Amino acid sequence: MYKYDEYDASIVAARVEEFRDQVQRRLAGHLTEDQFKPLRLMNGLYLQLHAYMLRVAVPYGTLDSQQMHMLAHIARKYDRGYGHFTTRQNLQYNWIKLEDAPDILAELATVEMHAIQTSGNCIRNISSDQFAGAAADEITDPRPWAELLRQWSTFHPEFSYLPRKFKIAVIASDTDRAAMRLHDIGIQIVRNDAGDLGARIYAGGGMGRTPMIGSLIKEFVPFADFVSYLEACLRVYNRHGRRDNIYKARIKILIHALGADEYARQVEEEFQAVKALGIDPPQAEFDRIAAYFAPPGFEVDAPDTVDRTDPDFAVWLDQNVHAHKAPGYAVVTISLKPIGGIPGDASADQIDVMADLAERCSFDELRVTHAQNIVLPHVRKADLYAVWTALREAGLAEANLDLISDIIACPGLDYCSLANARSIPLAQKISERFADPVRQRDLGELKLKISGCINACGHHHAGHIGILGVDRKGTENYQLLLGGSGAEDVSLADITGPGFSEDGVVDAIERATDVYVRERTPGERFVDTYRRIGMAPFKEAIYG
Amino acid sequence: MKLLTGNDLPTGDVVWWTGESWSRHLAEAVDVGDKGDLIAATEVAARRVNVPYVIDAEATPEGPRPAHIKDRIRALGPTVRPDLTLKPADPQAGSWVI
Repeated sequence: MYKYDEYDASIVAARVEEFRDQVQRRLAGHLTEDQFKPLRLMNGLYLQLHAYMLRVAVPYGTLDSQQMHMLAHIARKYDRGYGHFTTRQNLQYNWIKLEDAPDILAELATVEMHAIQTSGNCIRNISSDQFAGAAADEITDPRPWAELLRQWSTFHPEFSYLPRKFKIAVIASDTDRAAMRLHDIGIQIVRNDAGDLGARIYAGGGMGRTPMIGSLIKEFVPFADFVSYLEACLRVYNRHGRRDNIYKARIKILIHALGADEYARQVEEEFQAVKALGIDPPQAEFDRIAAYFAPPGFEVDAPDTVDRTDPDFAVWLDQNVHAHKAPGYAVVTISLKPIGGIPGDASADQIDVMADLAERCSFDELRVTHAQNIVLPHVRKADLYAVWTALREAGLAEANLDLISDIIACPGLDYCSLANARSIPLAQKISERFADPVRQRDLGELKLKISGCINACGHHHAGHIGILGVDRKGTENYQLLLGGSGAEDVSLADITGPGFSEDGVVDAIERATDVYVRERTPGERFVDTYRRIGMAPFKEAIYG
Repeated sequence: MKLLTGNDLPTGDVVWWTGESWSRHLAEAVDVGDKGDLIAATEVAARRVNVPYVIDAEATPEGPRPAHIKDRIRALGPTVRPDLTLKPADPQAGSWVI
């Protein structure tokens, strides 16, 4: 894992003290709320429905046990005993006091964490593949590239006031576990014909009220040009992105207006100017960063077999454990989606349990996934049963990864001041309706995603089944969408038709799954069947 | 009726104008009529409230009921965590929101 150098440590410490001063001035009345709001947002502090909300950055979703314990400590000391893991691989606290915020940031800084650039019109936390460094199918670990971008984008003076927020994802396998093409810039690390690593660049993806899939704008950017090319991408956006209309300010709107080819041409032109500035780091600097992400000391002779005698364990093994690139090891995904639970929430005690397991059984590493789960990336197969047993005791062993109850849901109207409808109660009802584990597994991979408003924090456009909560004359109403995907088979979901009440949409989902069960061919997932037979049979069943 | 609501500055807690001060309990809120903006300006200047705004509500025998679900959730707390609402012992509290 990356460790702060003296520059990282000093700028984070300086930011904490700067914010402490700003909070004191706000509390003393020397700053108005209008003056203070942009300052607190730059430090991840929102004012939400019930209280201040603090969003803590987890760079590319990677953290160690000490950091995880700190998240639990803050939940206990300053919040109400829990945290909410988000679709941006971050963590949010829902009950923060303004007067405590500087102390919280100071405590986070002691474990090399912060809330910088988790809000505002800047480059946000870089997201990545939660299996990075462990996945059997990756060509390299994408995190050194993401870390390089973190350093480049942190406090970048030219990009602190972009037309709108800017999200970047980096992956390094053909399997997209990070919804890469639904980011403002999506990066896939690839090899060229000469065997060199470089970046394939997509731009203009995003969800929100105008969902778009990112377009390929550069097939291969060598490492030597990587930062300059990204700088050029941002410069063109910063220059031409709209600032007159917040709903048309994201880069996707600019690229849609210009056309991807014209945007790419302008980036290329800008790149020639940027390259002359000499901002690309030398290979030695990349190597220095990459050394922090060197594979841990895997046992050479770790046993490669697992005792599957316990049937409940075997089910969890099949559902929540993935292949690791090192023989004798496995990648464990801890579901934060218990039946009837709140997607992404974990109590302080559960956070501590996961941290302890990471320290003992996963080379001290954890990952946050964009699907609001937690990963132990490097677990010896010989330790899997002990890990599962500990997770089960903590209520963390739900064997439902990628099944219909593994629901992404934004905080919705229960917490969010932007929301139009509640997301969480709906997620709870759906998971309860489909609680039968045999039925869930029979339905197979089915990614269900719920957003409580058009901003789409719950990724409803990318759901095999998506749900969008809207306000219909003061009453919650839910639109149903089918056929989206945030993976390598990326697609945007289609709206089925008129919306439903909360109970009505649960029934509609059940009717849609009935169509799938009736129409599927062997090996077809829900989304495959939808793509093959189209909307009509589903619509007939849902509304007929 | 019209209610004036906002957030306590240091804690962020949801608060309601009682006619004299701010309360965390909706039941103590009073009808501000057309004086809401004036009261809000005075209270903001004195740093006794943050981002206040006026909402529509209905007077009921049980007390004021905000017209919009968002304000009812603000008044009670998250419907999915009854233990964190202002009425943790009342199992029916959540249905009041809907």
